[in-house]
Amino acid sequence: MYSFEFAKPKTIDEAVAALAGEEAQALGGGQTLLPTMKQRLAAPATLVSLNSIPEMIGVCVNDAGHVCIGGATPHAVVAREAAAHYPALAALAGHIGDPAVRNRGTIGGSLANNDPSACYPAAALGSGAVIKTNTRDIAADDYFLGMFETALNEGEIITEVRFPVPQKVNYQKFVQPASRFALVGVFVAKYADGVRVAVTGASSDGVFRWAEAEAALNADFSKAAIDALSPPEGTMISDLHGTDAYRAHLVKVMTGRAVAAA
Amino acid sequence: MPKDHGIGASSKRREDVRFLTGQGRYTDDINLHGQAYVHFLRSDVAHGRLNKVDTSAAEGMPGVIRIFTGKDFEGVGGLPCGWQVTDRHGNPMQEPAHPVLAQGKVRHVGDPIAAVVAETAAEARNAAEAIVLDIEELPAVVDMKKALRPDAPKVHDDLSSNLCYDWGFVEENKAAVDEAFSKAAHVTTLELVNNRLSPNAMEPRVAVGDYNTGTDDSTLYTTSQNPHVIRLLMGAFVLGIPEHKLRVVAPDVGGGFGSKIFHYAEEAFCTFAAKAIRRPVKWTASRSEAFITDAHGRDHVTKIELALDAENNFTAIRTETYANMGAYLSTFAPSVPTWLHGTLMAGNYRTPLIYVNVKAVFTNTVPVDAYRGAGRPEATFQLERLVDKAARELGVDPVDLRRQNFITQFPYATPVAVEYDTGDYNATMDKLLEMIDRDGFEARAAKSKADGKLRGLGINCYIEACGIAPSALVGQLGARAGLYESATVRVNATGGIVVMTGSHSHGQGHETSFAQVVADMIGVPEAQVEIVHGDTANTPMGMGTYGSRSIAVGGSAMVRATEKIIKKAKKIAAHLMEASEGDIELKDGQFTVAGTDKSVAWGDVTLAAYVPHNYPLTELEPGLEETAFYDPNNFTYPAGAYACEVEVDPETGKVTICSFAAADDFGNVINPMIVSGQVHGGLAQGIGQALLENVSYDENGQLLSASYMDYAMPRADDVPFYQVDHSCVTPCTHNPLGVKGCGEAGAIGSPPAVVNAVIDALHRGGMKHVAHIDMPLTPARVWSAMHG
Repeated sequence: MYSFEFAKPKTIDEAVAALAGEEAQALGGGQTLLPTMKQRLAAPATLVSLNSIPEMIGVCVNDAGHVCIGGATPHAVVAREAAAHYPALAALAGHIGDPAVRNRGTIGGSLANNDPSACYPAAALGSGAVIKTNTRDIAADDYFLGMFETALNEGEIITEVRFPVPQKVNYQKFVQPASRFALVGVFVAKYADGVRVAVTGASSDGVFRWAEAEAALNADFSKAAIDALSPPEGTMISDLHGTDAYRAHLVKVMTGRAVAAA
Repeated sequence: MPKDHGIGASSKRREDVRFLTGQGRYTDDINLHGQAYVHFLRSDVAHGRLNKVDTSAAEGMPGVIRIFTGKDFEGVGGLPCGWQVTDRHGNPMQEPAHPVLAQGKVRHVGDPIAAVVAETAAEARNAAEAIVLDIEELPAVVDMKKALRPDAPKVHDDLSSNLCYDWGFVEENKAAVDEAFSKAAHVTTLELVNNRLSPNAMEPRVAVGDYNTGTDDSTLYTTSQNPHVIRLLMGAFVLGIPEHKLRVVAPDVGGGFGSKIFHYAEEAFCTFAAKAIRRPVKWTASRSEAFITDAHGRDHVTKIELALDAENNFTAIRTETYANMGAYLSTFAPSVPTWLHGTLMAGNYRTPLIYVNVKAVFTNTVPVDAYRGAGRPEATFQLERLVDKAARELGVDPVDLRRQNFITQFPYATPVAVEYDTGDYNATMDKLLEMIDRDGFEARAAKSKADGKLRGLGINCYIEACGIAPSALVGQLGARAGLYESATVRVNATGGIVVMTGSHSHGQGHETSFAQVVADMIGVPEAQVEIVHGDTANTPMGMGTYGSRSIAVGGSAMVRATEKIIKKAKKIAAHLMEASEGDIELKDGQFTVAGTDKSVAWGDVTLAAYVPHNYPLTELEPGLEETAFYDPNNFTYPAGAYACEVEVDPETGKVTICSFAAADDFGNVINPMIVSGQVHGGLAQGIGQALLENVSYDENGQLLSASYMDYAMPRADDVPFYQVDHSCVTPCTHNPLGVKGCGEAGAIGSPPAVVNAVIDALHRGGMKHVAHIDMPLTPARVWSAMHG
């Protein structure tokens, strides 16, 4: 790790100001950034920690009934505090990484990084969440732009994520044996206005919605409804842990299991 | 009733108090006054010509003390290989030079090119980034069979090819073996890969070199399983330091699994550099460095064939194996696929004719050497997969086929040059079947099926050769070292006992179990016995710990030294009680005269030895300290039967281990709890190999599995609660404790059980086209095989 300055703002405004500095980088839980810095693959001049901003930490339910999670809320807190309001989301958070990861890693950090195998992007996209930043609200459908790519601008901070609570929902994660990230993870949520199926881990474009499955499930919310479908193989990741064909197969299996368990 | 102390008792591991409370003293805990730090600049290409190493910019960086390159090691010895294999034609293996820092070429990702010594580790690393390299990248050889093509790029330009040796064993039997195959009623053939593993000891390697300008003595603190071996290899072959001017200390060491047997470049460098700069020099490996510098294990590609007669008796075995050596010969690398592998190809069976061919190959990968089991897991895996396949092809029960061919008469001389002294393979198989409720399997399988899962049962046997080894024998086989062990037993005036052993403990619990033996022999509390190991300055020359040898060889040396102590103590006791030496008995720490009520305590005798006021000085030296060296006259042969039950998820290919049972015959057992723990750990590593672990290179020699993000280690929820049993005991016939060793059995016996179980599950599920799946049996591989 190279030397860097460390800023610990107490408010969002202070954080925004600190991030305007030369080569400043926001720090959430540091679960990706710090290992990268230790390997000297990243060398920010200033790290701006978002972990001491009280207005960005915590779980609540707003007047619209949406579950609102502060951008700097650790996974372990979501697992605990969202359990009563959105059990599937709490369960997803409770199975990210290991206890150390869950007590450091944050929802904002995960969504800003947009790792193609992370769990939270599936929850956000699958729930049609709104990603609130210091400047605007971004619909999840507009937010994820590809592997490690998001709609966030330079210096923009995720302050909160708002999740509408579905009628039926389940997340199925098939873990990569080494990292235990999602080799394939499928988040299925049924809302009054339709079903959303978000897939993580599988595509080289990052998290995506499986439109054909959504259409089929809108007509018939059952495992059998997707039997005849084939997930798109063209963009699937092939690596040490599975071929594109295997991942495509798992997308269907995990979708079916999520529907059955929802 | 189980014993509560001494031999056979499950005494609590005394060393765990310090290990578990952060009070261990590991090499990285050692910091010397004036210590500098080294960072190694390593090759990031697998194969390249090193045209220029420009250190000029780096030398001016803050904190830099000195930068070393290959040039500084011209005229210094290279890292030696400790075993010479002779090929099929009677020629010695090809043995390339292995410089401490690369000279002329780099040959694997991780090959050290330059070493920056600086005031801090961070400054050393900063300066290393400022070194400018001119490397002309060359095509890499990764695949062994491609490496042997005539037009393949050569890893070592001065060798005739990438073939280290082509070994035939027993070469004289080849024609007879071929003939047996031509007459066979049935031949079963299997091609398989024994996957390359990264050892992943919890503690990465560390070295601290120190030089005393006043005495011209060098000291190396290092994470080693055998400090005396490092002292000999590094002193005599690399740096030219006589052993009396070189001390090697291996303090608490956090796991080795074989990877810390070998002499590594970083050890030689730190010792060399400390003298060069007149300051201590420290290196601590990062986990990333461990992946690209610790010797890997396994990596065999094998074709094996079994010939059977019409009554299903095994008549011959023939194998052809390609064994990866990596880019250089690590210390004992050549011995692993040959003498530690070919000699075990008889397994537990009466196969009269066996021929083993091994081609050892250089590639642009990390060197490969012994890893828990070393050669024996590779032999066991081939054989036990093959016998399972044969049973399936013949439509006979795999247990019955094994039993029919078991060796039942001992001693038994195999056709592969070893003699099993004792064993009872039916006894361990009977015990195993008792443990696993085989009759209930069908009901369990039906329940799995109702849950949408395929259940399978895999059973196998194993035998290993441990207690390495008779020095005269291994000398004939090419070892450049003896393989005895040593112990000094020092009794203090007040009766306390210190045992200085040449064995080394890096997790095995020697401090507990060795003390149990000596305490038991003398009849004193275990707490009165202290075990000292790991420092060449205060232990007798020993060969260290590997090959499940410590209790069988080191323990035997300790028994011999303790016997000498008891003999002398009885003489002193006889003098004190004015009795005849022949009448003295020692029990529970009391010396008595047979047939009388006379007695003196252990402490009276030890005090007399050191305060010899009333002492037979004309006949006996004062003091009570004895040393023994023990050279075994055979290997020991632990053996057993293992069973694994799995569920396969047919939708995903995921394998879940439902149960695992191990019935082992380790001979006599000193501490059953420690033995169970050793088996548990071995099973975890064997299951890791079978289901999870794999070192993977791309075709350019880049390591793809270079971190825990891609190298899957077994975790607690990957393994079941084990059933282990070691109540079947056929004591070793040739060592004083009747022990065989238990450290590697779990890792040797478990991979075939897992794979056999998965194949069984798939066959029961109707997928009879799946004859074999190469390890690790990841969900993706199992699913592909199912749909292949």
